[in-house]
Amino acid sequence: MTARVVLAQGADIPAPHIEYGQLAPMLLVFGVAIAGVLVEAFVGRSGRYRAQVPLAALGLLGAFVWTIYLAAQDKPFHVAAEGAIGVDGPTLFLQGTILVLALISLLLVAERRQPSFAAQASALPGSEAEQDAMAAGFTQTEVFPLMMFAVGGMLMFPASNDLLTMFVALEVMSLPLYLLCGLARRRRLLSQEAAVKYFLLGAFSSAFFLYGTALLYGYAGSVRLGAISAQLSKDAGSDTLLLAGVALLSVGLLFKLGAVPFHMWKPDVYQGAPTPITALMASCTLVAAFGAMLRVYYVALENLRWDWRPAMWGVAILTMVAGAVIAITQTDLKRMLAYSSVAHAGFLLTGVVATSRDGLSGTLFYLAAYGFTTIGAFAVIMMVRDAGGEAAHLSRWAGLGKRSPLVAGVFAFFLLAFAGIPLTSGFTGKFAVFKAAIEGGATPLVVVGVLSSAVAAFFYVRVIVVMFFSEPDADGPTVVSAPATAAAVALGVAATVVLGVLPQPMLDLAGHAATQMFVR
Amino acid sequence: MSPGHYLALSAILFTIGGLGVLVRRNAIVVFMCVELMLNATNLAFVTFARMHGKLDGQIIAFFVMVVAAAEVVVGLAIIMTIFRTRRSSSVDDANLLKY
Repeated sequence: MTARVVLAQGADIPAPHIEYGQLAPMLLVFGVAIAGVLVEAFVGRSGRYRAQVPLAALGLLGAFVWTIYLAAQDKPFHVAAEGAIGVDGPTLFLQGTILVLALISLLLVAERRQPSFAAQASALPGSEAEQDAMAAGFTQTEVFPLMMFAVGGMLMFPASNDLLTMFVALEVMSLPLYLLCGLARRRRLLSQEAAVKYFLLGAFSSAFFLYGTALLYGYAGSVRLGAISAQLSKDAGSDTLLLAGVALLSVGLLFKLGAVPFHMWKPDVYQGAPTPITALMASCTLVAAFGAMLRVYYVALENLRWDWRPAMWGVAILTMVAGAVIAITQTDLKRMLAYSSVAHAGFLLTGVVATSRDGLSGTLFYLAAYGFTTIGAFAVIMMVRDAGGEAAHLSRWAGLGKRSPLVAGVFAFFLLAFAGIPLTSGFTGKFAVFKAAIEGGATPLVVVGVLSSAVAAFFYVRVIVVMFFSEPDADGPTVVSAPATAAAVALGVAATVVLGVLPQPMLDLAGHAATQMFVR
Repeated sequence: MSPGHYLALSAILFTIGGLGVLVRRNAIVVFMCVELMLNATNLAFVTFARMHGKLDGQIIAFFVMVVAAAEVVVGLAIIMTIFRTRRSSSVDDANLLKY
């Protein structure tokens, strides 16, 4: 047997060569996560928050600086860690985006004036133990290491150069998020329900991803993306294994993006999860999932383009139309933004369908622009509160424009950016992906995209009308502008304006990152 | 026995797991069905490793086992929490989030 021969020769197994310098951003974030666990174990309850926040912030900042250093090097185009991780332009761009968005989300997670996380997750909702924990002023500081593990997984997900690494990254990213979803301070039943739903569906979809990986391993004899691509160009092997494997793999990836028909978890989870975690998922997870999707489809399956394109067309059209249409009937703002995120995933898929350099750079730009806007929007939702916590029901926002014009104006601006009005980042992003899609021969897809943007504009404008053109309730919600949340909103506004008015530097950066495409 | 039989068995196990997730009501049983799907995947990996005469499929199976174990920790914690709150582990009872 070949296997036995390999074992016999393996008397001196060579040590794997790991390029620590190129993996430093990921290693740093994972290291900070482990240090956070140690802080939980050894630091007293009163000192934990003060230790965790600077640790997490410095870790993310350090990883971001190192990412810039890697990107500034002559040609960031390497395969590191024995082929498991690709370090190239698009990956570094995505990792930088994830790190900046995670830093802004950290502002929301660390907000102490209006804590979003349970005092003690193990105490039953409404029990005496919970009231005691609240009265004692506890907070569950485990959220910081959990968030760092999730961010580490997100950095690894778009960088994985083989499907096994990608699967491990997917789980490292998802498992902490399942837990974080269930840790809300208020409306804990909703939060726990969101965690159960997200967990069961997420585990189900990752089983599909894994079976797809197994079938592709059977097809190509390797899980390396480059090897699958090479096998495809040889036109050897079983087509049944290949097509079934690609289909199952795509189910796993499309689930993470929340593309229709795998979007059912998104509204429930976005509504039930604590809002800082919703912001993290809506921005960073989407960036990471699209990064992985782009890598799989651009590297491994590029030679199979003609087979997967029609299916992807269907998914993109369904996602855009269903996201925009179902959002019209929503009355909860977080749920509405969840469906809006489904629609945006559809717009982004047109960039994937394009399979060109412009498609890649357009998608990269869109992801960054959308991430900033969406964190800002969720941060505004955190600010509008009544006695029961956040007042996320649309009717409660009536007349907010008269009571608090600045906050309502900022939220209206974010909604216009989602709708893609010129001079906001949303317009530039949509223009970039649609242009690439037209050049890639997907004009009908773009027509559907523009039409569903028009449908989507309806429900965005409806919120603006409710805020500005109706009378405020006497017992309406109050606007609480806690410092960290306000800072996150300000950063979101600044990024949305700058990327809308002066998009060229960022477009150049995305274009430069995409010049060499992905490393194989 | 030819490796094809093992692949067929793995596909059957995967399908049983998938059907179980869709039709069963108890969150623990749903989760067990997901685990069955992961084990079906392991069988497929090991069979393909044998067919290709390479060892990496067997190594991958170990990775999958570790990930599945981590998933059990997180999953049972979440299911326990909602069971303590609601005194029920039926996925149909968790129905506050809709429309």
